[in-house]
Amino acid sequence: MVSVNKAIAFQPISPREILLQVSGINVYYGESHILRNVDITISNGQMVCLIGRNGVGKTTLLKTIMGLLKSRTGTISFAGESITGKSPDRRAKMGIGYVPQGREIIPRLTVEENLLLGFEALPKGRKGNEKISEEIFELFPVLKTMLWRMGGDLSGGQQQQLAIARALMAKPRLLVLDEPTEGIQPSIILEIEAAVRRIVQTTGISVLLVEQHLHFVRQADRYYAMQKGGIVASGATSELSQDVIQKFLAV
Amino acid sequence: MVEFLNVIFSGISIGSVLLIAALGLAVVFGLMGVINMAHGELIMLGAYTTFVVQNVFKGLGSPLSETYIILAIPMAFLVTALVGLLLEKGVVRFLYGRPLETLLATWGVSLILQQFVRSVNWVLVIGITLFCLLFFGAWWVVSRRPDFDRIRNLFFTIMLPLSAAISAVVGVVLAQTYKLAVTQPWFGAQNVNVTAPKWLQGGLNIGDLRLPYTRLFIIFLTILCVAGIYYFFQRTAWGLRIRAVTQNRSMSSCLGIPTQKVDALTFALGSGLAGVAGCAISLLGSVGPNTGQNYIVDTFMVVVVGGVGKLVGSIVAALAIGTVSYIIGSNALAPLLSPIPPLADFFGFFATTSMAKVMVFALIIVFLQVRPAGLFPQKGRTVDA
Repeated sequence: MVSVNKAIAFQPISPREILLQVSGINVYYGESHILRNVDITISNGQMVCLIGRNGVGKTTLLKTIMGLLKSRTGTISFAGESITGKSPDRRAKMGIGYVPQGREIIPRLTVEENLLLGFEALPKGRKGNEKISEEIFELFPVLKTMLWRMGGDLSGGQQQQLAIARALMAKPRLLVLDEPTEGIQPSIILEIEAAVRRIVQTTGISVLLVEQHLHFVRQADRYYAMQKGGIVASGATSELSQDVIQKFLAV
Repeated sequence: MVEFLNVIFSGISIGSVLLIAALGLAVVFGLMGVINMAHGELIMLGAYTTFVVQNVFKGLGSPLSETYIILAIPMAFLVTALVGLLLEKGVVRFLYGRPLETLLATWGVSLILQQFVRSVNWVLVIGITLFCLLFFGAWWVVSRRPDFDRIRNLFFTIMLPLSAAISAVVGVVLAQTYKLAVTQPWFGAQNVNVTAPKWLQGGLNIGDLRLPYTRLFIIFLTILCVAGIYYFFQRTAWGLRIRAVTQNRSMSSCLGIPTQKVDALTFALGSGLAGVAGCAISLLGSVGPNTGQNYIVDTFMVVVVGGVGKLVGSIVAALAIGTVSYIIGSNALAPLLSPIPPLADFFGFFATTSMAKVMVFALIIVFLQVRPAGLFPQKGRTVDA
C-alpha cells in the first residue's frame, strides 16, 4: 500500500477533487421511508465520519452507496462517473472497499483465501497470481500467523482486522467502514484505530466511517450527523461541539 | 475372502454409479441450494448425447468407431452444461431463494425434456431455432435503441406472436413438402442402446472374481470427476469465487465478484457433471426418456444422507448406500446369519434389487431421525452466520 500510493499523499491538498457525491437519495424498505433526501460529498483524501444514534439510517446509507440497496430517487456518482444503476461488484471494481457491519467474513474459507478475494475488486478481477503484500501484514500482524485458519473461527477483533485488510487488497480509492469498533475489546479497538489512521496518512485514501467512539470520530476531517433518515448537521470535526456530541452520539 | 472382495467391489461399483449421478446435484443442490428436479433429465440428455456420438462414429467404421466414448464424455458434458445454462438463465435465475417455486418449475422442465426427446424431429428443431433467431435477434436489435423501456410491451405483443407464427408456418410447410423425412422422431419413445466399445466389453478375472471393464471404467471416470471437481474448487480462481458466493452472496458481490456469472457457471458445471453421469450409465443398459426418473430419487438421497453442502459427504454416502444395497440385495450375509433362522429369513425376504431398495430407504429414514443434517453436517460457530 505504502509505496504505490505514497505520491498521492504529497499532492497539494486543495483544491480537492470530489470523489463521491450522493445527491438527494430516497431509500425505502417496502413502504417505510428510511433515507430522506440525503446529500453527502467526500473529496479525495478526505476522511468523513457519519454519526447518529441507532436506527437513523447510517448503515442503510452505506449499503445504498455500495449498491446493496436501490434508491428510489437521487443519484450517486463516484470519481466523476454515475454509479446509480451499477451493481455492487461493478462499484467494488471502480474502487470502493467495503467493510460492513458484522464484518461478513466468508466463514468456510481460510484467512488467506478471504484476503485473496480482496483482489476480485481489481478492474479485471482476480487472476490467481497476485501476492498478498507485506504492508497488509505490517498493518495487521495477527493475520500473518493465521493464514490457514478458517475465517469463521477467528475472534471478532481478528475478523474486523481481516475485513479491513481484505477491503484494502485491491487498493481502493474509497474505504467504507461501518462501525469497525462495534463489539470489540478495547485493546483491539486501539489497534484498529491506529491502523486506519496509518492507512489514511500513508495512502491518501478517502474514508467514509460510521462510528460511535468519540476519539475515533475526532480523527475524521468532516462529520455528517444523521437523524430520522436525513442529514441534520455537518461540518469540520474540529468544530464538533459538546452540544452536537450530546445529541448525536450514543455515549 | 473372495466373497468379501466381491462385496467390496460391487459396493464400490454401485456406489460409483450413484456418486457420478449425484455429483452434479451435490454442486447444484448442495452448494447452490437449488432443488433441480430436472437433474435426472440432464443425465438422460447426457446418455442420448452419447448415443448420438456413437452413431456418428459408427459411420467412420472400425477401429475409429471404438473410440467414440472418449469424445462422448466431453460432448455430453458440453451439451448438458449448455442446457443447464439455458435453464439457469431462463428459469432458475428468477426463483433463487424460493425453493417451492423452483421445485415446481424444474419439475415442469423435466417433463418438457422427457417429451422433447420422445418427439424431437427436424421440423421441431428447425422451428425452435427459427423462433429463437427471429425473437431474440429482434430483441437484440431493438434493445439497443435508447427508448427500449418505453416500447418494451409493444415489442413483446408484436414479436412474440409474429415469430411464433412464422416458425409454425415454416414447420408446417416443411412437414407437407418433405413428409416423413422431417417428421420422423429422431429417437422416439422406445429405449435406445449404447453398446460399449469392444475394449470395454468382457472383464478382468481375479481368481473366481470377475470385474467387468465397464464397471471399472465407471469407477475410473468417477474418480476422475471427483478429482477434477476438487481441483476446480480448491485451486482455481472461479472455484474460490463459487465457494465465496455460496457462503455469502451479498458480501461476495461487494468484494467485486460478479455473482450472476458465478451462479450461471456453477449451475452449468453441475449440469455438465450430470451429462458425464449420463454417459456413464448409458454403458450399463438401454436408455429411454424415463431414464432420468430412475436416478433423481437416488441422487437426492445421496446428497441428503451425505449432508447438504459437503462434497465429501456425498462421496461417503454414495459408497455406503451402494455397499449396503448390494449386501442386502445379494443376501451376502446369509452364511453369517444361517445359525439364526428368523434373521436369515428376514434378510432373505429383502434379497432382491427392488426389496433391497425398500430396506435402504427404511434405513435412511431411521438414519435421518438420528442425524437430520446427514453424515457430515456443517459445524462450528460459522453455521448460523
